Amino acid sequence: MCKEVYLDYAATTPCDPDVVKAMLPYFNDTFGNPSSLYSLGQKSKKALEGARTAIADTLSADPTEIIFTSGGSESNNMAIKGIGFGNKDKGNHIITTAIEHHSIINACRFMEKQGFKVDYIPVDRYGMVNPDDVRKAVSDNTILISVMHANNEVGTIQPVKEIAEIARARGIYMHTDAVQSFGHIPVDTNELGVNLVSISAHKLYGPRGVGALYVRKGTKIEPFIHGGGQERRRRSSTENLAGIVGLKKAVEISLKSMESEATRLCRMRDRLTEGILSKIPDTRLNGHPEKRLPGNVNISVECIEGESMVLSLDMEGVACSTGSACSSASLEPSHVLIAMGLPPEVAHGSLRFTLGRYTEDEDIDYVLDVLPGIVERLRKMSPMYKEVR
Amino acid sequence: MSLYSDKVMDHFMNPRNVGEMNNADGIGRVGNPVCGDIMELFIKVKCNTIVDAKFRTFGCGAAIATSSMVTEMVKGKTIDEALKISNKAVAEALDGLPPVKMHCSVLAEDALKAAIEDYLGSGVKGLPHTKTCSL
Repeated sequence: MCKEVYLDYAATTPCDPDVVKAMLPYFNDTFGNPSSLYSLGQKSKKALEGARTAIADTLSADPTEIIFTSGGSESNNMAIKGIGFGNKDKGNHIITTAIEHHSIINACRFMEKQGFKVDYIPVDRYGMVNPDDVRKAVSDNTILISVMHANNEVGTIQPVKEIAEIARARGIYMHTDAVQSFGHIPVDTNELGVNLVSISAHKLYGPRGVGALYVRKGTKIEPFIHGGGQERRRRSSTENLAGIVGLKKAVEISLKSMESEATRLCRMRDRLTEGILSKIPDTRLNGHPEKRLPGNVNISVECIEGESMVLSLDMEGVACSTGSACSSASLEPSHVLIAMGLPPEVAHGSLRFTLGRYTEDEDIDYVLDVLPGIVERLRKMSPMYKEVR
Repeated sequence: MSLYSDKVMDHFMNPRNVGEMNNADGIGRVGNPVCGDIMELFIKVKCNTIVDAKFRTFGCGAAIATSSMVTEMVKGKTIDEALKISNKAVAEALDGLPPVKMHCSVLAEDALKAAIEDYLGSGVKGLPHTKTCSL
């Protein structure tokens, strides 16, 4: 394989070399347990709290409001379960949306089994939640509203601020999953007016296995990892210090060039989108045309199935993903695309390209060069294509 | 590294017997676009022997590869022999499939059975196996 074009940055990102460099001393040099009293431990403690302060600053938060976790899924689970179980004396109703990440949806399904009631707010054809629908769903029993900041599949940026206002007016906790947006577009806890925010390191050129949950002061949350009482007794476990330092460094690097990087990615994103739509007939863009993440392109190619396109692109050295669940056991296409009203057979034919730091114009040219031929080959094999034409 | 065996990838990238067949003796169409799989299999039968087979498939890599493989496997087989081709035999001929993809081989077997049933149904009723002709 000669050319390699990675366009799946929403799945994960390569660790920035400077991030790796910043982490290295914390594996074997400054390896002490931050809870230990001696100097080596206190040196670790200082690094831990330094990282906490730096990350808190970027979110307009207080350091005591940051809980380090093992990543986005844990942060999301902690938000749903921690708020649910911690506030069940106030009510048993949770509001979320139909397009959340599985770590929210499946945590909510679990809560339903525990006796909670959950509403999954639908979205429009662009994958956008209507704040009015949230307003209508609120009841006296509602204890938590969780709406993602930007969708991982179609990139649609949600009206989190408007929904948080609804929550605040009713004294309901508001959580947002900012795993896909943090480090790519502004995420400010005060600007958004939220009580809880989930973030993850490996979506912004940091390491796997580390993330954080912002929990606004005064928010009642039940811990679910019990142990030595780390993270102000809210999340026990010896801290993943190298990972946490890596997260801090990754955030620092991402924020430094966030605006210029967003502009660069938007330009390439739109060029890829327009290129595909104009070169390949019977294709459509999924998600909002403007209110979307800078690096997200999600298209449906009619009459062919996504996995076969991903495989063919892989043969050409292009890495991307699909909303077709042909590779999963459920055989159901993306819940996000279905919630947006796409017919299942069109959802099966979706492709997601997510651009990032190492994407260049020539990568876009390359995809635009190879994709039409792949689509043509697969359509020639498809019994559906002739029927449509 | 690939999700699939080299043989699956070969049949996916270079599928055998793709296309529609004019004057097919049997056509089997199985699957459902909602599930992301449609397989269409065409057979040409002479003297109770499948002399040609073609397919068209909407589906994943494994669905295309199993379609291609089953068309190769049935050529030259009698109807009785073809009816004995199991999904496992198709998967084995491809050097195996990931567990979640075994349903694609089932689809291939079903498409073949449907094509044969179509042929038998349109043939001489009651005497499908004794049609006389010369190759």
